Amino acid sequence: MAVLNLIEAITHALDYEMGKDESVVVYGEDVGFEGGVFRATKGLQQKYGEKRVFDSILAESSIVGSGIGMAINGLRPVVEIQFSGFMFPGYNQIVTHAARMRNRSRGLYTVPMVIRMPYGGGVRALEHHSESLEVLFAHIPGLKVVIPSTPYDAKGLLLAAIRDPDPVIFLEPKRIYRAFKQEVPEEDYTIPIGKAKVVKSGSDLTVVTWGAMVRDTQKAIEIVEKEGFNIELIDLRTISPIDQETVVESVKKTGRFVVVHEAVSSYGPGAELISIINEKAFLHLEAPPTRVAPPDIIVPLPKGEHHYLPDVNHIAVALRQVLKF
Amino acid sequence: MFLKPYVPQSEEMVQIMDPNGNIVKPEWMPNLSNEEIIEMYETMVFSRIIDEKILQYQRQGRILTYAPNLGQEAAQVGSGFAIKQTDWVASAFRELGVWLRKKAPLYNILLYWYGNEEGMHMPEEVRILPVSVPIASQLQHATGLAYASKYRNEPDVTLGYVGDGGTSQGDFHEALNFASVNQTPNVFIVQNNQFAISTRRAVQTKVKTIAEKALAYGMPGIQVDGNDIFAMYAVTKEAVDQARNGGGPTLIEAYTYRLGAHTTADDPTVYRDQEEVEEWLKKDPIDRLKKYMLKAGIWDEEKEEALRKEKSEIVKSEFTKVENSEPVALEAVFDYIYADKTSIQKEQYYKLKALQEEVE
Repeated sequence: MAVLNLIEAITHALDYEMGKDESVVVYGEDVGFEGGVFRATKGLQQKYGEKRVFDSILAESSIVGSGIGMAINGLRPVVEIQFSGFMFPGYNQIVTHAARMRNRSRGLYTVPMVIRMPYGGGVRALEHHSESLEVLFAHIPGLKVVIPSTPYDAKGLLLAAIRDPDPVIFLEPKRIYRAFKQEVPEEDYTIPIGKAKVVKSGSDLTVVTWGAMVRDTQKAIEIVEKEGFNIELIDLRTISPIDQETVVESVKKTGRFVVVHEAVSSYGPGAELISIINEKAFLHLEAPPTRVAPPDIIVPLPKGEHHYLPDVNHIAVALRQVLKF
Repeated sequence: MFLKPYVPQSEEMVQIMDPNGNIVKPEWMPNLSNEEIIEMYETMVFSRIIDEKILQYQRQGRILTYAPNLGQEAAQVGSGFAIKQTDWVASAFRELGVWLRKKAPLYNILLYWYGNEEGMHMPEEVRILPVSVPIASQLQHATGLAYASKYRNEPDVTLGYVGDGGTSQGDFHEALNFASVNQTPNVFIVQNNQFAISTRRAVQTKVKTIAEKALAYGMPGIQVDGNDIFAMYAVTKEAVDQARNGGGPTLIEAYTYRLGAHTTADDPTVYRDQEEVEEWLKKDPIDRLKKYMLKAGIWDEEKEEALRKEKSEIVKSEFTKVENSEPVALEAVFDYIYADKTSIQKEQYYKLKALQEEVE
């Protein structure tokens, strides 16, 4: 068993699946020779050749659009968009074609492709390098949206995404690419898409989060639990389709709910989760379901970014408010 | 002079001054006074010193990510000198020489790269759109700026800058097509620095020259030695004059080389050999003009030393001001999302403010 960080787990998963399935091809900007700006595809071109791992032209629309064609014609493309903030030229292809081909052809043509994108803030970067845009994909019927928060999950989810019959948007929390290491089995395993993980069970409050916020939320929970509470933490792992059952059952048990996310508050993923809870667990609630999210602003450049991301303290304050309601 | 007879597929780029500072095409030499030539040189040196200083600050952890211009000074300053202060520029993120030429305050430039968007609130007369990171998207704005100038019968021309990698984006092609169809007063400058991060020009496009892409849109295209400031100036000037006189857009390929990293987050040793860099160092655009000026007797080492000292001091003092600037207030990150804060934003603002005060 190898001990890997999140980015290494992604490289390992790509390597594993390329070795197993000849139809898997990997490309994107700087993905081939250099191995990607984050080195997610490091060594793959040397191992599998330029036909299977290559530098795309600098055009996100081409990366996604050509991937759609390959997927229809029997390949399993795993493409990389360098940063999710640069996906917009490709968004047209994602929304108007990748998500719709199955429906449009009544199941004749399908798009089993994975679109990987580093996403999220807290890395003190230039403009368009820090956004959390998961709802822009989750809102589109026909797309699945996955976000791993650990190296172990990253491998299992990526293998599941590549083998999935539909297009999967695979968002990678770049803030924790190299934050910690974990044992990642070298053998085959998948983590089902659409299944959340109860990271820690508890009885007083349900907290749902994903990606880089899992660690921050864990720290906040540790602080608040010292004050005598017992909190359940759920890592959503798949943003769409949401694992309603796990979330709703947990809230029925605890009666209280907080969602923590990096995307801006208005029309964010928290709104969807709270809506589900209102519909399915309303009579169990003992406090208003609450979201902890950045305000409705553009992610500031590094010197102002601390105003954007909710920090451990911010999360802890919200947890206490809901617990003491 | 250049645009009509030039065949963009020819790979014979326009060069007026060779790497040794000799004028190889005297008949093309632009009519510049010694003072103007010295000013161009000083602007290039200023750009170089800013880059060197920022890279030094970056290594010291005093600045985060930066995209240096090293080696591309003539492409930027030469083209920048061919426009008027009132002309517009839609730039990407590696056009420092143009910003300097357009009198953008160094304080603003440094503040921006320091990580504070307040730096992009330039004095109005600069007339350069803020740094645009999404590749090639700014060229579309360049066409709209130019359309509006033409619409109001104003004489302004708009320069749009993009890199060799950017020519792969749909936005590049759409912008050129729009400009040609509408005969807008645009000049598009491709800084072909041979790399899109790690991806080489040859991997990006199969054409012999980027200039020949102009043919598909029915406009002149011309490849220029981007390290020859006289060639860059002369060709851009002709294209700008033509655009200003209703003659429509031009595509200029400035053939140059990115001597530094893509940004400080990039390590070019992964994808290129030092020998290649050494070859291009011999064609350094600043050394080239200096050789010319020394031969022409309008420059000497004493002036050089004084210039470098003066510019270094300016960068140092402006960066000190930047480091001593006010921290970004909570208000500042809300202020410019809309003309007026929404009621939800106001609520979010007061909640965050209370939370931040509680922590303190």
